[in-house]
Parts: sequence; C-alpha cells; structure tokens
Amino acid sequence: MYPSRFAYEAPATIGEAVAILDRSGPEAKVMAGGQSLIPMLKLRFASPERIVDINNIQGLDYHRLDADGSLHIGALCRHEDLEFSQVIADSHPTLYAAAAVVADPIVRTRGTFVGSVCHADPQGDWAATMIALDGRIVAVGPNGRREIPMKDFVLGPFTNALAYNEIAVEAIIPPAKGEARGGYLKLERRIGDFATASVAVALDMDGDVVRRAGCALAGVGGKTIDANEAISVLVGQPLTADSMAAAADAVAAAADPRTDHRGSADYKRHIVKTFVTRILSTVASTEQKAA
Amino acid sequence: MTSLYEEIPAAPPADVPTRRVTITVNGDRRTLDIEPRLLLSHLIRQGLQLTGTHMGCDTTGCGTCTVLLNGRPVKSCTVLAVQADGREVETVEGLSSAQQLHPLQEGFKQEHGLQCGYCTPGMMMAAKALLERNPNPTEDEVRWALSGNICRCTGYQNIVKAVLWAADKMREQEG
Ligand SMILES: Cc1cc2nc3c(=O)[nH]c(=O)nc-3n(C[C@H](O)[C@H](O)[C@H](O)COP(=O)(O)OP(=O)(O)OC[C@H]3O[C@@H](n4cnc5c(N)ncnc54)[C@H](O)[C@@H]3O)c2cc1C
Repeated sequence: MYPSRFAYEAPATIGEAVAILDRSGPEAKVMAGGQSLIPMLKLRFASPERIVDINNIQGLDYHRLDADGSLHIGALCRHEDLEFSQVIADSHPTLYAAAAVVADPIVRTRGTFVGSVCHADPQGDWAATMIALDGRIVAVGPNGRREIPMKDFVLGPFTNALAYNEIAVEAIIPPAKGEARGGYLKLERRIGDFATASVAVALDMDGDVVRRAGCALAGVGGKTIDANEAISVLVGQPLTADSMAAAADAVAAAADPRTDHRGSADYKRHIVKTFVTRILSTVASTEQKAA
Repeated sequence: MTSLYEEIPAAPPADVPTRRVTITVNGDRRTLDIEPRLLLSHLIRQGLQLTGTHMGCDTTGCGTCTVLLNGRPVKSCTVLAVQADGREVETVEGLSSAQQLHPLQEGFKQEHGLQCGYCTPGMMMAAKALLERNPNPTEDEVRWALSGNICRCTGYQNIVKAVLWAADKMREQEG
C-alpha cells in the first residue's frame, strides 16, 4: 500500500508552517508522528494535496512542569517521552499509567500526545486523560494564539475544533488542587490493539478529602465519554466504600458501549465499573497506608 | 507492469515532483531524489535493495519492518522516506561487520531465536534499541520492548532468550 501523491513541506518554524497551511486551504494536513495519518494515507481514507510535516521544527518536543504546577506538553513530545519521564512518574499518575498502554513500544517512539488528541479517535487514550484532567489545547493560527478547553476541542469522531490554518502547539494540564492521584486502566485484546474499554480517573486530594474528581472513558461510545459529572459524587469527602460504589455505578451508567467483536455492551459496561472501583480502591488503600 | 515499488526510487516519471534528500543508511551517506509519498520501507527494500528489512502486515501492526531512525526503532512502513532526510537509518544489514556477527545475531543462532525467520530483522532492531537504553534488561523488560513485534511461528520464548544471551555477551565485551 502507498499513499496517493501529495506535495510535501517540512518547515523549520511554526510561523512558516501556519503560513503554508493558510495559503494551501483546507486540502493540506499537518503531520506529527504520522502514526495515524500515514496508515490513513495508505488506506486512502485521506488524500490531502499537501502534507505539512512539523517534525523539523525545533523546540516542540518538551514536556515540563511549571512552577505553578501546570504541565505543558509540546506538539512533538512522543508517547515514549512521557512513558520514560521521571517528571510524569512523580507528578501525574493518570498520564503515567496511560503512557505505557498507548499502542505498542515502537509506535510510541513516533506518535505524539498532541497528535493523538488532534486525531480525536473515540478509542484514543490521551483524549480520555485530557478530559479527566481538564486539559486544554493551545492552537496557533494566522491571527495568533488561542486556548481551547478539551471539552470544546473534540467535535465528534475524528473531528477537532482547529481551523484548517491552525496548528496545535501544546497541551496544558492545569495544576492539581492538592495532591494528584488516580490511574488509567485499559482492557485490550493484545498489545497494540485499541481499547475494548478504558477508564481514566484523576483525583485531586487534600489530605484524605477529594477536592476535584475527573473521569473519562475510551472505547465505550461513539466519542470519548466525559464522565466528570458522574464521578463528582466523590467531591468534598474522603473515599469510602459507599462513595466509591456510588461513583463506579454513576460512571458505568455514563458509558454508551456497543456490542461488537471486542465484546458485548453489558460486558464493556461491567469492565468500566470494575476499573473505576479498582483505581479508586488503590488510591484509598495508599491513603490509608500514608495516614 | 512495473510496480510502484520499483518505479518510485529508481526513476519517477519526469513530470512527478521529487525532493532531494540525504540519508545516512548503515553509515553510508546517500543523496536521492524521491517522491514524498515513498515509504521508508519501500526506499530501503526497492530503492536501496536492502532486502533484510521485511514487509509483513504493511499496517503498522507486526513490526517486521522495524529499523532504527536516529537510534530509535520505527516501523518503516509508517514513516515517509523524506522524513529520514538529514537523519540516520540503521537496518539489520548494519548489525554485522564482514568478519563478525553482532551479539544479537549470535544470540539468535545460539538460542534458536528463529523458526521461519520472517520477523527476525524487526525483532533484532527492536532488541538493539532496547539494549542501547538498558544493557541489563530483565526478561519482563525484554518481552515488553518486543511487544510491538509479532512472531507468527510463536517462537517468543527463544527470541527472549536470544536477546538476554546477547545482553550478557555485550556486557562481557564492554568488560
Ligand atoms: C498499530 C497502532 C496501534 C495504535 N494503538 C493506539 C492505542 O492503543 N491508543 C491510542 O490512543 N492510539 C493508538 N494508536 C494511534 C497513535 O497513538 C497515534 O500516534 C496517534 O493517534 C496520532 O498521533 P501522531 O502524532 O502519530 O499524529 P499524526 O498521525 O501525525 O496525525 C493524526 C491527525 O492529527 C492531526 N494533527 C497531528 N498533530 C497535529 C498538530 N500538532 N496540530 C494540528 N493537527 C495535528 C493530523 O493532521 C492528523 O489528522 C495506534 C496506532 C497504531 C499504528
């Protein structure tokens, strides 16, 4: 398989890349890791006239924790950069757990966090963590820079809120209100498969009290499921057997799974409930040990 | 009918725009005029006739086309050849010198790490990248690092042993 013909540019700056997109019109496409785009080009699901490859732009491969506690992930930060990051291991349990289960180790050397969020695959792992952590995307276009909250960024399956002449330059995760806890659990048939069901949970803890709770699901709906409201039953109190059970039920009810070759709808909903319970009990048991 | 595979690298039709790239492949600098849509796997196999890199699924799933791009493993069916411009590519042919097998190649021989051999080049390149970062991996770490590579003979046990054998050997050589 090979792509249909396209013009190719690999500019050295964001400004140049935006200018090329602006004058090319909607038939141009940005390429980051290429780990979703190249397969789509080969299958001819996409046949853009022009590819604007951002891999030659220096200084986009960072991820950094600012003094205020906000995490910034540049457009060329690869999945594996997060998987092997001490910063992420120490500060962001939800992202750290997800990093190891996105695709497979070789795809992770190329694919990017921001590219994955832009791709807006309902089964994508990073979009779920972004919703649970209340992240936002920074876009740069001909008229400058704007920030798009994650809840407004994904418009539908494989559709994001970027204009054709905008590039997503970074993702921002706001500082935790207290200590960041949580996790990411994914059921996959084998490594490299997309999620049968996966659950991102992010808790901000003030001592043993939950200050903020975030949750999102992948693989169990036509889009990434925002379960932030469902899990908010946990807020304002310590984790108890009752609150955790109520949260797991509420999140499972928010899932919208379909029966397919990966499993029945009931099965997937059951997995969601089990995963929420597992992540919360792990947080609760480490809280107890710490106390 | 000539296949596109043969057509693109050798001499694309005069009216097709190409891009001049300089790629270092196994230490040799090559300057080439190629079509942007040419995949790295096609450049390596059809253009440069380095047929040690195999094509398996062609859908980023199996990993037999794995090569190193600036030292990190990539599935060459899912990288554009133009993206290797100014960068270094290492294929399985780059492992051994004329006189000596690479410890990974020796390990695959010693531990019978291949049956049909189709997945072997990708396994070796993924393993090389692992050992560069982690010279003393556990069995689990080896399995994890090779989890993007599929062996349809299901000979994983011996592949893992071969990589651990090579790791020992390489640490010995380092002294
Ligand atoms: C075998 C295989 C298994 C996979 N398994 C998983 C999995 O389990 N979970 C998962 O989440 N993903 C999985 N993926 C997808 C992978 O994570 C991709 O890396 C990711 O979806 C896209 O990121 P990318 O950097 O490769 O983007 P690209 O492929 O380069 O781009 C994807 C799309 O986003 C747009 N885009 C990318 N970056 C930008 C930007 N900075 N600004 C504007 N637009 C942009 C592109 O135009 C394109 O439309 C898998 C992929 C493969 C090949």
